[in-house]
Amino acid sequence: MKEKAKILDKDTLNRTLTRIAHEILERNKGIENLCLVGIRSRGVYLAQRLAASIKKIEGQEVPVGTLDITLYRDDLTLIASHPVVHKTEIDFDIKDKNVVLVDDVLYTGRTVRAALDALIDLGRPRSIQLAVMVDRGHRELPIRADYAGKNIPTASNETVEVHLAEVDGKDEIVIVEKD
Amino acid sequence: MEWTRKDLLGLEDLSKEELEFILDTVESFKEVSTRDIKKVPALRGKTVVNLFYEPSTRTRVSFEVAAKRLSADVINIAAETSSVKKGETLIDTGRNIEALKADIIVMRHNASGAAVMLADHVNISVVNAGDGWHEHPTQALLDMFTLKEKLGRIAGLRVSIVGDIAHSRVARSNIWGLTKLGAKVTVCAPKMLIPVGIENMGVKATSDIDEALQEADAVNVLRMQFERDEQTAFPSQLEYFKQFGITADRLAKARKNIVVMHPGPINRGIEMSSEVADGPNSVILDQVTNGIAVRMAALFLVAQGRERKNEIAD
Repeated sequence: MKEKAKILDKDTLNRTLTRIAHEILERNKGIENLCLVGIRSRGVYLAQRLAASIKKIEGQEVPVGTLDITLYRDDLTLIASHPVVHKTEIDFDIKDKNVVLVDDVLYTGRTVRAALDALIDLGRPRSIQLAVMVDRGHRELPIRADYAGKNIPTASNETVEVHLAEVDGKDEIVIVEKD
Repeated sequence: MEWTRKDLLGLEDLSKEELEFILDTVESFKEVSTRDIKKVPALRGKTVVNLFYEPSTRTRVSFEVAAKRLSADVINIAAETSSVKKGETLIDTGRNIEALKADIIVMRHNASGAAVMLADHVNISVVNAGDGWHEHPTQALLDMFTLKEKLGRIAGLRVSIVGDIAHSRVARSNIWGLTKLGAKVTVCAPKMLIPVGIENMGVKATSDIDEALQEADAVNVLRMQFERDEQTAFPSQLEYFKQFGITADRLAKARKNIVVMHPGPINRGIEMSSEVADGPNSVILDQVTNGIAVRMAALFLVAQGRERKNEIAD
């Protein structure tokens, strides 16, 4: 794996998050019945940052939950590096809520498919919307993002990595090429 | 770390890292049982066969609930109503189950080592649900998980195991697991029921119940199986209760927050008084709840382990 290009730096990444926060509020006409659910692991930090942004704009907290989708994946038998099962932590009722699902990179759509199943098992939300930092194309399922930070067309031998200060020590988005 | 085993046969063979990995995984499965829809699709399309050569309700039901919460299909075979009665060998039974394209066999057997032998002769996963006097890994894992949940850790804890140590697979699995994770284990029983050389497993042995309770952070009380072979080892149930039974008076001399465990079913008035079984120190029903999460984790991990093995073989 070698780093090929840096797409976004720290400041741009944070401005993009602020823009998405505004878009979420615009679409949902405020924060009533709104909640954010981050997909482990980087989606969780992005959801928390979006919630912080929303609080700055509206002055009120939106509930944030964490979703682990390991048990909902359709490729248990194919995964080379084995997924470690983590906890789903959503301590509010999602029934009749407008749920914004948050992830770092939208690629094949299979993670989102699993997340939709997992969410619907927890209750019946009024709507589910999808916010991602990067949409890199190559969808294998009819899934699209409602809010996308950046569209980055990629080759299939490339990977997009969203690095966040909370886990990776710094904020940036890079394209890496597989050997 | 990565889980690569297709079977869960006992805790003796597992490393400290593997034990910790299982306990961490259990934590994640516990949440599933608190949902409105207590089911995840992780083992959808997989078949789990409960093969029980000894009567068991609670362990079998716990495995069945666990498998169903993972969306697996479950088939129960009780040996007394099966072809085993017609003389089929264990290996033949295992191969027939494999030929049905089942994915996991959960087996309870009265012979020590039966699970290991079965696992050697089939390619599908085997989970040991108790073999003779040898091991009962999921019971010990749920005891350890409950301890960790109640006391925050296992390393450094003083755990006393009271009861028929000699004939107990629960005791043996607990000793292997607890000592590997750094707990100090004391076993307490009438002398006849303590196996010679138990100290070699890294535990202390005593026949004085007050001594066993004195410094303990937790006491795991085993069931006295008077219906089996203990009559010869101990004169009467009442006599046992007098000398070894856990009572409120005895607990009053122990640490205030001592955790009282029992794998069930309890013989009230033999191993412990009702007052203790239903009292504030008892975590017996938490053990039952945790048992489901432990067995979900066990089934999930062996299913993954087998896929992993097949991948490597390809």
